[in-house]
Amino acid sequence: MGNVIGIGAAPKRKEDQRFLTGRGNYVSDIKRPGMAAGVFVRSPHGHAVLRGIDKSDALASPGVIAVLTGDDVADDGLGSLPCGWGITDAKGMPMKEPPFPMLAQDKVRFVGDMVAFVIAETPEQANAAADLLKIDYKVLPSVVGVLEAVRPDAPQLFEDVPNNICCDWELGDKAAVETAFKKAAHVARLSLVNNRLIGNPMEPRAAIAEYEPGTDRYTLWTTSQFPHVVRFLMGALVLNIPQHKLRVVAPDVGGGFGVKQFHYGEEAVITWAAKRVRRPVKWVASRSEGYVSDRHGRDHVTEAELALDETGKFLAFRVNTLANMGGYLSTFGPNIPTNLYGPLLGGVYTTPAIYCNVKVVFTNTVPVDAYRGAGRPEATFVLERIVDVAASEMGIDRVEIRRRNMIPKEAYPYQTPVLVQYDSGDPMGCLDGALVAADVKNFGARKAASARKGKFRGLGYSTYVEACGLAPSRFAGRLGARGGLYESATVRVHPTGQVTVMIGTHNHGQGHETTFAQIVSDKLGVAFENVDIVFGDTDRVQFGMGTYGSRSLVVGGAALSKATDKVIVKGKKIAAHLLEASEADIQFEAGKFSVAGTDRIKTFEEIAGAAYVPHNYPLEVLEPGLEEQAYYDPVNFTYPGGCHIAEVEVDPETGTVTLVNYTAVDDVGTVINPMIVEGQLHGGIVQGVGQALFENAVYDEGSGQLLSGSLMDYCMPRADHLPMMKVATHSTLCTHTPMGVKGCGEVGTIGSPAAVINAVVDALSHLGVTHVDMPATPNRIWRLLQNASLPVAAE
Amino acid sequence: MKPFAYHQPDQIPDAAKLLTSIEDSKLVAGGMTLIPTLKQRLASPTALVDLSKLGSLKGITDDAATITIGAMTPHAVVAASKLIQTKIPGLAALASMIGDPAVRSRGTIGGSVANNDPAADYPAGVLGLGATIITSKREIAADKFFLGLFETALELGEIITAIRFPVPVKAGYAKFKAPASRYALVGVFVAKFPDGVRVAVTGAGPGVFRVPPMEAALSGHFDPSAIAAIKIDTDGLASDIHAEADYRAHLVTVMAKRAVEAALS
Amino acid sequence: MQISFTLNRRPTTVEVEPATLVAELLREQLHLTGTHIGCDTSQCGACVVHLNGLPVKSCTLLAPALDGATLLTIEGLTGAPGSNQMHPMQEAFREHHGLQCGFCTPGMLMTAVALATEKPDLTEADVRHGLEGNICRCTGYQNIVISVMAGAAAMHAAKGE
Repeated sequence: MGNVIGIGAAPKRKEDQRFLTGRGNYVSDIKRPGMAAGVFVRSPHGHAVLRGIDKSDALASPGVIAVLTGDDVADDGLGSLPCGWGITDAKGMPMKEPPFPMLAQDKVRFVGDMVAFVIAETPEQANAAADLLKIDYKVLPSVVGVLEAVRPDAPQLFEDVPNNICCDWELGDKAAVETAFKKAAHVARLSLVNNRLIGNPMEPRAAIAEYEPGTDRYTLWTTSQFPHVVRFLMGALVLNIPQHKLRVVAPDVGGGFGVKQFHYGEEAVITWAAKRVRRPVKWVASRSEGYVSDRHGRDHVTEAELALDETGKFLAFRVNTLANMGGYLSTFGPNIPTNLYGPLLGGVYTTPAIYCNVKVVFTNTVPVDAYRGAGRPEATFVLERIVDVAASEMGIDRVEIRRRNMIPKEAYPYQTPVLVQYDSGDPMGCLDGALVAADVKNFGARKAASARKGKFRGLGYSTYVEACGLAPSRFAGRLGARGGLYESATVRVHPTGQVTVMIGTHNHGQGHETTFAQIVSDKLGVAFENVDIVFGDTDRVQFGMGTYGSRSLVVGGAALSKATDKVIVKGKKIAAHLLEASEADIQFEAGKFSVAGTDRIKTFEEIAGAAYVPHNYPLEVLEPGLEEQAYYDPVNFTYPGGCHIAEVEVDPETGTVTLVNYTAVDDVGTVINPMIVEGQLHGGIVQGVGQALFENAVYDEGSGQLLSGSLMDYCMPRADHLPMMKVATHSTLCTHTPMGVKGCGEVGTIGSPAAVINAVVDALSHLGVTHVDMPATPNRIWRLLQNASLPVAAE
Repeated sequence: MKPFAYHQPDQIPDAAKLLTSIEDSKLVAGGMTLIPTLKQRLASPTALVDLSKLGSLKGITDDAATITIGAMTPHAVVAASKLIQTKIPGLAALASMIGDPAVRSRGTIGGSVANNDPAADYPAGVLGLGATIITSKREIAADKFFLGLFETALELGEIITAIRFPVPVKAGYAKFKAPASRYALVGVFVAKFPDGVRVAVTGAGPGVFRVPPMEAALSGHFDPSAIAAIKIDTDGLASDIHAEADYRAHLVTVMAKRAVEAALS
Repeated sequence: MQISFTLNRRPTTVEVEPATLVAELLREQLHLTGTHIGCDTSQCGACVVHLNGLPVKSCTLLAPALDGATLLTIEGLTGAPGSNQMHPMQEAFREHHGLQCGFCTPGMLMTAVALATEKPDLTEADVRHGLEGNICRCTGYQNIVISVMAGAAAMHAAKGE
């Protein structure tokens, strides 16, 4: 018999064996009998009228089974890809929501927009046939940047969306902010760009669909973070398939980061196609195909102003942002730069008045949606950058200005002026911890050593908070969510005492099979190895909203905790019966049910066995079986946060920025498995470092071509870009989640871009540099130094 | 990939004959450039002529004044060669900077030189050292071999069999890697011979090229300071999302200095 | 065309179209799906296998190149023969949480084993440089680097026994 491994321990992961031995089960690994191959034909133009498609040569090509286009979608009366959030503008008018057809009709609006689906016996035959499609485009000018898109003479994507503005959204008390600015001793101003990113999970997206005529059932295997949501959106809103006739399976998924938390047109097309051709159909994206079809992230242009009094206290904060939505509204698209952005502009500070205006803009680019952090890294970047600008302009130390404005630990719960109420936190404690861990007091010596080598060294801080654990349904509903955001778990205790958990979150690297098993092992006192976690299959798992927004442990773990509580309650009833005691006298501890004050005991295994052998049960008050289910909907977001300190060295000759040290002290609430939490922090930080130093999705204005269209041109962080990071936790407990957890999936990505850029600016501040846009590439840094007319030529 | 026939001749003349007799046939050495091109469906040859069975194309030999590297010798072998590390350490260093370990296992010097990618490393070493390209038909001096973007002096059916490098007094290579692709954004190879210095640049323009003012300056005084003030013209240099032409021009000077430093170290 | 090679220590003969990548041959014809395809530009390293003992990208290798060769894939990476144990490098990745989603892991392991075989006393810088052709999006590489160093030490300790 194995051991109980509880909360706070760091067992090795249950899921690792299959991945280490090459026995994972990813969608692209699956083969179905009679399976055909599908390829999508995508628009090579950013913006064009689709005048006609001649399929005849493609249909005659060897091995071709079908060629489907937007006309076939229209003929079958299928729906548009739905948007899960409906936001409203300052006047309460709903956002503009043009249809998003699963295959383009009449017009294409970005390079990669899907025009046709070709099905053949093999991928080679499908590709060969795709080359033979004659597509008649009338090419139109493209607009890819938000500043360009809102100009009066800009190309218009949709007839009924003037100036390409989907929604002119606002949050906060505009008048109060204006009043505060009039009283300010100093106003800091900053214009910045939050660069566009491509998520790049290492597994490209893929899907297989199959239709069984005998039962009229469909199965879709898809690389998704939320199979139940795909089942609902696709079945109920796009294809009109009853929910009980549609199974969606997301098996092992090779990373998500948000990219796989949307319902994609490819899923709908392939499911629809599988029935039409009566064959299982498989599609696997190439990486380059993913670049023009996976939803992108970020892409803001922002003007920010911070009003301060003469002591450096923040009086008011005003932010105007243009946010790129791409060519259509993706599943969560309009929610990201609005509801997940504005409410975070308070940060960890006591700023009393905040106003934020966001113009959500259509452009001829891939639709933009959530990418790790989603809205919150953008908010943190604006705030943490302008705090540094203000400190520099007012001659106040950057740490000191943060301290003067920080919410003290005792002030929690803290109501911000932008909707959210932080339940707990200790930003000062995280800052103090990070200052020590980063050895800030010896930074001067390190800077001098760099200077002796001709390098500029800089230190950057980011003290931040985020809202995660998405989300309280009541709150989300007020903000425009068209669904709930709870989570569910079923705990099935087998007659022999082993446990299977069915949970609605999805594990694609986060270690749920381990962390959730620890919760069950801890609470029920069963051996860790005797708990299995089932996820990712709508036929096996009751329901769920999936994994995103650092919600799995916060919301899913809470549902699991509740369900195990129910198992204990039921177990006590059984124990009371078996031990001939009153239910109120039964105690449960360390896997044993006992009668208080006696040595009469039943083990968890004995109760499990008895639950399924009810020979002399009082059946009128006690059902057989031991299986419980719980749904959990949080009352608030959780608010992880922390302090990140980046240290960089700049080579002025080449402009190269090297990250030399990185320290993070984060408050993630209760830590269930510290090994896994550290891993999440490492990965999150590096994704933020990638944004700050390397990654940039670049489009060509006019043609709409994606210039960074493959891994040859889009720079992913690699092992040799990075130092060993120091990560630690300084936790306060969440006051409203059952275990005090706050979530840790996104914190790294939210805190790090500002820390890195603040360090780069610090390194160059003696040269008069006040801001650097991301990514801080060598070319960009070199040019900045050139423009500053500095003596840094090749000397 | 579109289908193609596959030939693995074991004699050079047979390989040459296949190339001339089959229309749209292509040579494959390590395949590090050709195979990605085929995968992306950017090329669709009718046949591939694979040189891997030609044992005579592998290996490294030397005499007093030269080192000869067989065309099918992988980068990893050059990088690890004690002979090259001793006699032309700059060339071993260059080979160790190409791609990544898996690329260096397969990619060959002959393939790289024949392909003449404007951002490949070897052309800088070959031109910088003034090497001789030995083919199935003749010997070609490096100065006459590289003709610009993916263009070389090779004729149809002509196969590189080896490259012969004169052993320099000193040589060094400095590479500024394109951050995503790891090709040379700018790479500079500097070689000092008794009768002068050669400087060859890759990555910056449409093909590898020499920098006569730097060569003259370094011939007088082989030290980074000699070329610190020499700037190259931005005309004709590449400009893209990673580096604009003036930045590339600047990097040529920086990398040339660092190549000299490497040669002196 | 017919090709014969040694696959994970077993003689194997297959009929294959020349225009077949080794990664496709393994995944589609031989049902060895542990070798992953993460990109189409030979950049990500998820498909790394050992050809005659050297790490190569199986997505950039044509099947005919296997004829007469020895190929080792992730499915053939094991501990001491007959022991049912994992390879020390696999054990090290588990011990040090060197993987999250698992997709890049087979390629990482094959590269790591080759690296550790080539150089017994790896430094952190060696490992980071040696992994430049393998992209991971989950881990930030930190635990991979730690795993590779530990795995390399274990490989050489085992050899010394």
